[in-house]
Amino acid sequence: MLRWLAVVAAGVVVACGSAPANGNAKAPSSVVVFAAASLQPPFDRIAAQLRTRDDIATTFNYAGTQTLTSQLTQGAQADVFASADTAHMTAAQQAGLLAGGSQLFAHNRLEIAVAKGNPKGIRSLADLARPGLVVVLADPAVPAGKYALQALAKAGVSVRPKSLELQVTAVLSKVALGEADAGIVYVSDVVTSGQVDGIAIPDGQNVIADYPIAQLQSAEHKEAAKEFIDFVVSPDGQSILKTAGFETA
Amino acid sequence: MTQARIPGPLIALAAAGLLLFLLPLAGLVVRAPWDQLGGELTAPETLTALELSIFCSLTATAVALVLGVPLALLLSKTTGTVRGLLRAVTTLPMVLPPVVGGVALLLAFGRKGLIGAPLNDAFGIQIPFTTSAAVIAETFVAMPFLVIAVEGGLRSLDPRYEQAARALGASGWRVFARVTLPLLRPAIFSGAVLCWARALGEFGATITFAGNLPGTTQTVPLAVYVALETKPQGAIVLSLILLAVSLAVLVGMHDRWLGEP
Repeated sequence: MLRWLAVVAAGVVVACGSAPANGNAKAPSSVVVFAAASLQPPFDRIAAQLRTRDDIATTFNYAGTQTLTSQLTQGAQADVFASADTAHMTAAQQAGLLAGGSQLFAHNRLEIAVAKGNPKGIRSLADLARPGLVVVLADPAVPAGKYALQALAKAGVSVRPKSLELQVTAVLSKVALGEADAGIVYVSDVVTSGQVDGIAIPDGQNVIADYPIAQLQSAEHKEAAKEFIDFVVSPDGQSILKTAGFETA
Repeated sequence: MTQARIPGPLIALAAAGLLLFLLPLAGLVVRAPWDQLGGELTAPETLTALELSIFCSLTATAVALVLGVPLALLLSKTTGTVRGLLRAVTTLPMVLPPVVGGVALLLAFGRKGLIGAPLNDAFGIQIPFTTSAAVIAETFVAMPFLVIAVEGGLRSLDPRYEQAARALGASGWRVFARVTLPLLRPAIFSGAVLCWARALGEFGATITFAGNLPGTTQTVPLAVYVALETKPQGAIVLSLILLAVSLAVLVGMHDRWLGEP
């Protein structure tokens, strides 16, 4: 245990000692970001780039947007809020939590997640009503579940899901594990998971999720918060989001 | 008989510990929408979840009794490394994060699982997303409480009763049924009650292995979680129900689960 601590301590010393060697005279700063769970893959990459480029350390709290909103309303301390829908961002604004306005930085559409190679031959939302097919959705309390119901309604399909999962990633893992034949998730989930195949949903039936981002009123690291948001909407940030399956704003 | 005095600082620490338990309960009671209690209690989704919770937890306890008492017997009769291993395996679900337990259950009983795949191929039986899955998840998490209680009872049993019965010519089965089991009754009872209370509160393994569907796998703890996002008042009412039931059980048992009369 002691030896382990020593190793960590040595690592910290080395890391701190080498920082000025970058030639970057700026003192290291940090930023706390509350972000929707679906944003984790691109935001982790954005944080890594911010760290090397501007020496900004980012701390994330990834969770369902509805959970983040209630945490912020209850007084949680953060600098930036990135939401998976405009409804929760509007609620945050009305609660006086935002420093200014919010801006849309990405969109995400829905897709049907199926096992690799699509063994059940699923082609459309209508196929999800097929008897014997194990379909899993997110609970309507979760944005992804709400959107899935809207998409099914647009397609005029009535599905009897086997389970209403409490987060969209749980839908994905049930399909990836082979326990479910199909689930409705975000395109970005399919792209970053790599363990499932995605079946596109046509525009007429699809629902587009809008992702707004904003600096919080209570931000302690205002400058770093601004730099984080600027990076997300910059061409570099947008290209990272695009690689992760999002549509750019 | 004189009672040992507890030093003042220890009493203060004990009070702080007690507060940690009491304050969250007070929060629930204070924030509860008492005027809406009746309406929330009789709401169809509350009743559905409650009914399912009672069914699943009672079934899980029954399964735990049938499998757990013999397991406790086995544990109490083994020694050394074997016993250490058996004990570790038996108590693992108590320390494992329930979600991990749920993943493990999927990998064993899921459609692609060790047992689940052959079951599906041969008989078309699929366990995940069924009420059976919820019962299995609850049994997995709660049975250790029963096994530990019964094993404790077995260890404090006077072996001379069993020896006498055997000396009088009773078969092993008869000794178990007529001597061991009756002597074990208090331990089995308290173990079963604890097991049932744990099963009633199960969340992580159930959501992972059985999923969340009202009327099929959505037990009260799952309903609480879903309601928290959409209608917090309903969540508080459901939490109060669980709280009241658990408290009633624990108070009703007095100190019995500690092995005292």
